[in-house]
Amino acid sequence: MTYIPHSPKERDSMLDTIGVKSLEELFKDVPEKHRFPALHLPPLLTEMEAANELGELSLGNDNVRTDLVCFLGAGAYNHYIPAAVDAILQRGEFSTAYTPYQPEISQGTLQSIFEYQSLIAALTGMEVSNASHYDGATAVAEAVTMAYAQFRGKRTRIVLSPAVNPQYRAVMHTYSQDMDLTIAGEDLSVGQDSGPQSLINLLDGNTALVILQYPDFFGRIYDLTALIEAAHAQGALVCVVANPIALGLLKTPGQMGADIVAGEGQPLGIPLAFGGPYLGFFATRKQYIHKMAGRLVGETVDNRGQRAFVLTLTAREQHIKRERATSNICTNQGLMALAAAVYLSLLGRGGLRQVADLCYQKAHYAAGKIASLPGYSLSFEAPFFHEFAVICPKPVAEINAALLEHGFLGGYNLGQDYPALRNSMLLAVTEMNTKDEVDALADVLAEVAHG
Amino acid sequence: MDETPMLSIVEPTIHELSSPGRTGVTFPASDVPRTELPESLLRADLPLPELAEVDVVRHYTALSKLNYSVDGGFYPLGSCTMKYNPKINEAVARLPGFTYTHPLQPVETVQGNLLLMYQLQEWLKEISGFAAVTLQPAAGAHGELTGVLIMRAYHNARGDTRRIKMLIPDSAHGTNPASSSMSGLEVLQIPSDSHGNLDLAALKVACDETVVGLMLTNPNTLGLFDEHLEEAIQAVHACGGLVYGDGANLNALLGVLRPGDVGFDLMHFNLHKTFSTPHGGGGPGSGPVGVSERLAEFLPTPLVGIVAEGQDDQPPLLGYITPPKSIGRVKAFNGHFGMFVRAYTYIAMHGADGLRQIAEYAVLNANYLKTRLKDTYTIPFDRICTHEFVAEGQWTDAPGVRALDVAKRLMDYNFHPPTNYFPLIVHEALMIEPTETENKDTLDAFADALIKIAEEAQTHPELLKDAPHATPFGRMDEVKAARELVLCCWLPDDYGD
Repeated sequence: MTYIPHSPKERDSMLDTIGVKSLEELFKDVPEKHRFPALHLPPLLTEMEAANELGELSLGNDNVRTDLVCFLGAGAYNHYIPAAVDAILQRGEFSTAYTPYQPEISQGTLQSIFEYQSLIAALTGMEVSNASHYDGATAVAEAVTMAYAQFRGKRTRIVLSPAVNPQYRAVMHTYSQDMDLTIAGEDLSVGQDSGPQSLINLLDGNTALVILQYPDFFGRIYDLTALIEAAHAQGALVCVVANPIALGLLKTPGQMGADIVAGEGQPLGIPLAFGGPYLGFFATRKQYIHKMAGRLVGETVDNRGQRAFVLTLTAREQHIKRERATSNICTNQGLMALAAAVYLSLLGRGGLRQVADLCYQKAHYAAGKIASLPGYSLSFEAPFFHEFAVICPKPVAEINAALLEHGFLGGYNLGQDYPALRNSMLLAVTEMNTKDEVDALADVLAEVAHG
Repeated sequence: MDETPMLSIVEPTIHELSSPGRTGVTFPASDVPRTELPESLLRADLPLPELAEVDVVRHYTALSKLNYSVDGGFYPLGSCTMKYNPKINEAVARLPGFTYTHPLQPVETVQGNLLLMYQLQEWLKEISGFAAVTLQPAAGAHGELTGVLIMRAYHNARGDTRRIKMLIPDSAHGTNPASSSMSGLEVLQIPSDSHGNLDLAALKVACDETVVGLMLTNPNTLGLFDEHLEEAIQAVHACGGLVYGDGANLNALLGVLRPGDVGFDLMHFNLHKTFSTPHGGGGPGSGPVGVSERLAEFLPTPLVGIVAEGQDDQPPLLGYITPPKSIGRVKAFNGHFGMFVRAYTYIAMHGADGLRQIAEYAVLNANYLKTRLKDTYTIPFDRICTHEFVAEGQWTDAPGVRALDVAKRLMDYNFHPPTNYFPLIVHEALMIEPTETENKDTLDAFADALIKIAEEAQTHPELLKDAPHATPFGRMDEVKAARELVLCCWLPDDYGD
């Protein structure tokens, strides 16, 4: 009876009111031979025992706070989260509320999502943002669905940069496997010359959507304006997958002409937490909102004349439109969107710039230091933000094993997705990393090269 | 009761509260030599608000007070299972050993996380009677999409490519047809019969060699256990189709019936409904999918499994496994791990008997409420219900009053309204799911309020039409919101000049 409040007396009086003699009698519609199966589960734990067991499980990991120094990114980043973010998230008024379908008693959720939408629009340089997707990967997959719907299925080509996160590309393929689409671009070789310009030749009048990453999966920063113009000349839409911390400093995708800006919001105040829950953000231009998936909050007034907020354009969504909806999305990442809103509010324009600048500075110090080690060099010459690829003198797995022994969580092994980058490692550096940590990392790398 | 509106507490937006030069966080100065950024790549302005920490905390605290929540009161939303969310879940989900692990860490360094995921997969299999479980889907609808893709992959792998139709009852959640059409399928709606079951005759007519399968919610959205469940499943299997279970209503079945035992081929779980992870104002959810033996090879990648047996006293090494005919990845990384920690804790604290009690008391509470209300509200299909039931929010002798008005008036009695206007097959539907965590006093107070409101519908209908009165906000102008589409607030143009 862990969280069941009934006393035996109350239970009996309720059964009496219903007119049955036992709880079992309430289940007579359930096929008898399958009714009340014996479940083989461990004996129940009290709260104290459960707290101990979960504590033990959590100690079965090496974490990046006390056990390992993190230089791994590749889509999930180790940033500092101000304490006030979780203090707000832990308020039961936010965490134990449902989707705000009853606006009179849900203004807290509604206004905070409205503010989230505003902050994401400001960050990406776009006109509107939805209330969130599951993660960066599914947000990108929904961009394909939206573009497909925008052209009513008449354009069937997607140009996909090979420098988009491999996991996002995989999810996009899964989502679109039963759609009649041709996906071009992924097989372009990734080398010194594989910037966005190389995609221009793939554009045609059948192209619905071009998908680019900014900074790209290798951390590189390119001005995408010319490519976006070329895509628009063919009538195609362009989705830019952006890192939100980088947008604290960099020219916005909106300014470069993007039609959709999607991405992973985890860097905005959400813990690594082994991969989730995270936050997919999705922003676009106003002209496309009727084809955009996901919830939207809009401003209005109540019958007392007070400014208020409601879910709007719900006629696009599955609960109204059923099989004619663009997407099936229902539950999204409400609480994670709140985390991002609180994080961006706390940091503000100065704080976000500072974090972005610290990432940039420290990553460039690390890149310079590592590239100067015998046997190591940078894989690319293009400008980068807080991730960079390094050609290593030995297999990446071997180097990472040595790093782990010295307490470092090393970089992402690019060879697993890009055969041409067989000995390249993708390292991420954030404001969390100190100069001493970078120097120590370089020492171990130098040692491994010799060993 | 007090009908005086509360003082207006319209909270400014975060942008309106901004004042140039304030900041809520300061970071340590850079400890490395400076590298200049290429000017051409930089943005001109960053139009984010500027506030001190106290401003931000007060702002969001003020907003939180405008929300109704499970922590604050009774939330009988049908099909949403708004049960109490135990606080221990929140505490353990925040253990540093969990929150500070990177999803791409080498498996040797995250055996604790992987063991938790492995155990949760095993427990969900045992609870549901399925052969394999993926934890990856992020929410119920995401689980449905995963399920539909698995069903298609199964048929295609056998060279059976004629199957293009999904059968969906008229009482189904909107996500079912939307998930099917996202995968390019045609949707064929199957009616309900006079007892609230799936119309078996209509189902049999629809079953042919073009059917991918049936998406069935059982108990259905009327809160009724289908009296011909096994026959319906057999009919679909007989034509070569698969039966998908929408697990939204699993709370009524814990320890009562394992869907895999009666022939369901696959089903999604909603950890945020059945297994007590909080709803978060609309997510994050978590929607694992269980499948039968013949579908296991199509599950999305990765699953957690044993990748090396342990030597001597060492436990086996857990890692990631890609099923041979996997539909691919449906999400980056490993799913909503934070939700797994909460659901694991919840199941561990219940055991087999505790899980069955959840279902028993959820069903007891729903039947008790239904019994208390059935003389006042029309209950279509009045038979023993499961964890929820549907009432009509309309009376012939109160012609102006609708379910919406009843729902809004309930707020004046400090209750969250039930789900309304769903399922679509009941006029003026009020769909009520009390869950097992509410005591008799709360249920009685809620029933009393609904009975009083029915009386008001006759005597003072205007009290309902204008409701709510005692809440900080009144009814909304939804037309204005959709027409004007103000979806963002901005800093004023002269901000910071």
